[in-house]
Amino acid sequence: MKKLVILGAGTAGTMMLNKLVPVLDPDEWQITIVDQEPRHYYQPGFLFIPFGIYRPEDVVKPKRNFFPAGAEAVFGRIEAIEPDRNRVVLEGGRILAYDWLILATGARIAPEETEGMLGEGWRRNVFDFYTLEGATALAGFLEDWEGGRLVINITEMPIKCPVAPLEFAFLADWWFTKRGIRNKVEIEFVTPLSHAFTKPVAARYLGDFLQQKNIKLTTDFSTGSIDAANNRIVSWDEKEVGYDLLVAVPTNKGDDCIERSGMGDELNFVPTHKHTLLSKNHPNIFVIGDATDLPASKAGSVAHFEADILLENFRRAIAGRPLKEEFDGHANCFIESGFGKGLLIDFNYDVEPLPGKFPLPGLGPMSLLQESRINHYAKLMFRWVYWNLLLRGAELPLEPQMSMCGKRRVA
Amino acid sequence: MKKEIAGVTIDVDEEGYLTDRSQWNRDIANALAAELGITLTDEHWKVLEFIEKDFKERGTVPGIRRLNKVGGIPTKKLYELFPDGPVRKAALIGGFPKPASCV
Repeated sequence: MKKLVILGAGTAGTMMLNKLVPVLDPDEWQITIVDQEPRHYYQPGFLFIPFGIYRPEDVVKPKRNFFPAGAEAVFGRIEAIEPDRNRVVLEGGRILAYDWLILATGARIAPEETEGMLGEGWRRNVFDFYTLEGATALAGFLEDWEGGRLVINITEMPIKCPVAPLEFAFLADWWFTKRGIRNKVEIEFVTPLSHAFTKPVAARYLGDFLQQKNIKLTTDFSTGSIDAANNRIVSWDEKEVGYDLLVAVPTNKGDDCIERSGMGDELNFVPTHKHTLLSKNHPNIFVIGDATDLPASKAGSVAHFEADILLENFRRAIAGRPLKEEFDGHANCFIESGFGKGLLIDFNYDVEPLPGKFPLPGLGPMSLLQESRINHYAKLMFRWVYWNLLLRGAELPLEPQMSMCGKRRVA
Repeated sequence: MKKEIAGVTIDVDEEGYLTDRSQWNRDIANALAAELGITLTDEHWKVLEFIEKDFKERGTVPGIRRLNKVGGIPTKKLYELFPDGPVRKAALIGGFPKPASCV
């Protein structure tokens, strides 16, 4: 029997399991998936929790519900991967030997990396919204808040879902307006980037949005510490921004088991070939999703497009055939812009988000890089697609590679 | 684009980053630093030398966190040496390409 081990049963690991079980002969393959957390979180839904649009039960389901028959699921902490011995050591000493390993161990926020973030303000007037606990605590805070200075701060890049902090700002503007206290709230968006977003054309559109919504943009601010006693964030070069409510997007890191295994870079992300998804250091290890060090967005859509390429390359690898160098960094993200509207962006390693129509050129129905109601409804409907199709490995009518059809080049 | 500096002509992109590192030398680095208002000291050179070594090994300019964790340069010190955007400035002075923007 050949052994395949998948580490991590989040979006990427679960999709891969569902794609691989039907194509690998059960008489030849033993497949095991490992995760320490029995609950599956629909992470894109966390954004909506602070504003009462989703409740915690909308974004959590048991992981087991999404595992196909024919694979063993192990819930437990990964002590270490020993790639030179082709085995994984689990909590309690259980050893999983493998012929092939797929790393889908994801990324997490690491507030402990910033001095003062976990100090006296944490979950009192300093919150994250990248965990269910953080998003729920923030919902409770906002319920009673009467206004003041809201600062949204990205500590450092890269982060999961790089548009989410902007969406939070847009939704906050809408939510305070709806509650009739927008005039009592100052919103400031503080980023280490030189613009509102990483990609220039989208940065211009999104920067204009911030301005229209009266959200102050502060760029080139690299957060060094949080002075919770005085309610201010302090940059490495000693600039300061004061807040009454800080919504922090902390440093993101790969899983600690990657560090314990000595397999990651300085943020525990695993060096990965950007077009094949094979590990750069081990010829029988593939890496997918947020766990990689690829210069692509850390987002479920990227993992989804990677999964198609990884399935193909896994089948090639086990047959001893050359890998396809096909992954192009494709990402596709809805951006909530508040007031029941949204934007959509579609891009890859080489082509930044551009305006146009999607998925059908000229017709849409969704608009790229432009506000519309249908984009907002599509985003809300996507939760159903995620639980019912995407995680289960179903084919979606989207090609893994990005297409220029329907996009307009702009100066 | 061509640029005259330290008595020689170098090729740079529109933002001033060298496009051919074989043209780079220490005199050029000192002159580029001076244009940014920086006088290079041994501490600056320690940073530039780590970037050079890391760039040769990995093909990319290391970020602030890597300079700290692997290069042993405290982030605060890095900002003192190269104010406002230390990696961008160090890369420009050291003759490296502009650091890839994050995604």
